[in-house]
Amino acid sequence: MASRRINRLTPFNVTALALGLAFLYLPIVILVIYSFNASRLVTVWGGWSLRWYYEFFNDRAMMDAAWMSLRVAAVSATIATILGTLAAVALTRGERFKGRMLFSGMLYAPLVMPEVISGLSLLLLFVALDAGRGFWTVTIAHTTLTMCFVTVVVQSRLGAIDRSLEEAAMDLGCDPVRAFLSVTLPLIIPSIAAGWMLAFTLSLDDVVIASFTTGPGSATLPIRIYSEVRLGVKPEINAICTMVIALIAVVITVASFASKLSRAQGENAVPL
Amino acid sequence: MAEERPDNEAAAGPAKPESPVIEAEKPEALPAEPSQPEPAAAPARPEPAAAVPARIEPQPEPEMPLLRIEGVTRKFGNFRAVDRVTLDIRAGEFFALLGPSGCGKTTLLRMLAGFETPDEGRILLDGRDIAPVLPHERPVNMMFQNYALFPHLSVKDNIAFGLKRAGMAKADIRTRVAEMVALVKLEGLEKRKPDQLSGGQRQRVALARSLARRPQVLLLDEPLAALDKKLRESTQQELMELQRRLGMTFIVVTHDQEEAMTMASRIGVMDAGRLDQVATPRDLYETPASRWIAEFVGDINLFEGQVGAAEAGRLAIATRDAGTLYVAEPRSPLAKSVVSVAIRPEKVKLSRRAPAAEGTSAHAFNRLEGVITDVSYLGGHTTYRVKLDSGAIVRSSMANTTRIVDAYAASQRVVAWFMPDDCLVLEQ
Repeated sequence: MASRRINRLTPFNVTALALGLAFLYLPIVILVIYSFNASRLVTVWGGWSLRWYYEFFNDRAMMDAAWMSLRVAAVSATIATILGTLAAVALTRGERFKGRMLFSGMLYAPLVMPEVISGLSLLLLFVALDAGRGFWTVTIAHTTLTMCFVTVVVQSRLGAIDRSLEEAAMDLGCDPVRAFLSVTLPLIIPSIAAGWMLAFTLSLDDVVIASFTTGPGSATLPIRIYSEVRLGVKPEINAICTMVIALIAVVITVASFASKLSRAQGENAVPL
Repeated sequence: MAEERPDNEAAAGPAKPESPVIEAEKPEALPAEPSQPEPAAAPARPEPAAAVPARIEPQPEPEMPLLRIEGVTRKFGNFRAVDRVTLDIRAGEFFALLGPSGCGKTTLLRMLAGFETPDEGRILLDGRDIAPVLPHERPVNMMFQNYALFPHLSVKDNIAFGLKRAGMAKADIRTRVAEMVALVKLEGLEKRKPDQLSGGQRQRVALARSLARRPQVLLLDEPLAALDKKLRESTQQELMELQRRLGMTFIVVTHDQEEAMTMASRIGVMDAGRLDQVATPRDLYETPASRWIAEFVGDINLFEGQVGAAEAGRLAIATRDAGTLYVAEPRSPLAKSVVSVAIRPEKVKLSRRAPAAEGTSAHAFNRLEGVITDVSYLGGHTTYRVKLDSGAIVRSSMANTTRIVDAYAASQRVVAWFMPDDCLVLEQ
């Protein structure tokens, strides 16, 4: 009864929905609209234009930062996916080793750890190791940040797959590694893909950890934007942000489709 | 070996057109099969209990079992899931492991498949210890309870999975898959994915997949548990026919005693990790080794009592609930003085008046007077619960051989009577 009332399009419900969506998306909508502003002043509307997109593609420093961000995101997401998947396999499929709870707890720590702390501790580590800060330090930092997200995604999928599938593969002549590759992996591939995309967007977004671990000449896009904004917001920033939003929206959509596909297969994995 | 050959060939002759591939691939599995019926019946007759844990070790050559399980134990922590199980399974046998859930039967099966390792004891296949052999190297295949079909592969690819791993040539795989599909009657569904199949069809795919590699032993874990009753019964028949045709050794795990009795040539009853009795279905039902087995396999009336005097081949047992009961004097003397008299409900007859036997001897049959409290009409037969004057209940099951109404009604006074020869004396 209650659910039926809540689904009806009463004036109250429509207003609540509109306010809720406005609360979430109005700032973004304004940003997207102003990215097409012809005026030099951010707050004054001067008509439609693609000028600031053009400016961005001619801004060497911004373009370098964007390229840097994409590279960091792609490499760290790939490493995080490999490590995160292995961790998920170890946690769900491995023998019940001692300290398993501790291991999984430690794995999930970055999920709840304030980014400032992770960033600072990584900075201290890199300084202690005397590692030159730049592309690789940011990449490693982002890998540690995003790996646990991949693990969570893959682990939930792995847990839903019936173990007897792997046993059946072994029974039919696969050694354990083969059984994993030929049966389990095809079933968790969508989750792994979703995990990769999640890691990619997290890395692309991050300012805090990147600002601790990056070095001169290797600023990522968010850092670059942040430092520009401190000197005053240029309309160009709006254009960049709009493109980043578009990219992330695409990635998130693909990721959610992938995990939906994965879940649909999962239901078949356990017949009856 | 040499003298078996001619009669083996003669027996294998008629099977040829149906399963030529089996013969070519597993000649070693076949010789034992034709000779199987004789030993299956032979040890059962003299004394079924002796046939249980194969104490025929001094003579290994003439009838070496295909599979020998020796004192196998599997512990999970302090819990003994399988406790010192010793069992021989001959080639070509249809063997059932029967027991309530949690009795260790699946664990035993998983040890045969290689998914569990015994903590103690040995498992010999063809005289070879298979403890160090990994699952994928064992000439044994398993059909899983939930079928474990690969959801991302079609029916055809599921069946071909094990063949590809075995490195079979593509053309041979195609022939074999077609053969298996025909065997389990799945023609036309080869391209379907498991989620596009009904429960019964999935069961067939799982069966075809586990048979495709022509294992020496096929292990079936509750193969029919997920099917409805009608389908289960027809599939039982098909499984039996298939097993006979392929001459393969089947070991099936089930908690359903009717299923075990229908399909298996021998049944091993397990309880709390131990193998309590191994016998043919008839011996298991008619001469259970213990009270527990008697109650687990089918229905039974039990009366505990004190052993009395023997007279003219009849032993008197003074029971608390049913007075003095006469049973056939056991061949070997009883070790205990307190025993249970057991009688199956279908061997208890009812009548309005005590039957006038020709012998008129008091020992000719046992009669118990009481009132019917409950009548359960079950189609093929009707079960009556008779409350004796002592308060004890006797169940009687009578076949409905005619289309008349039930012969007796509730609260009617009747005499339940049964022959001493139909009674069992159980010491434990």
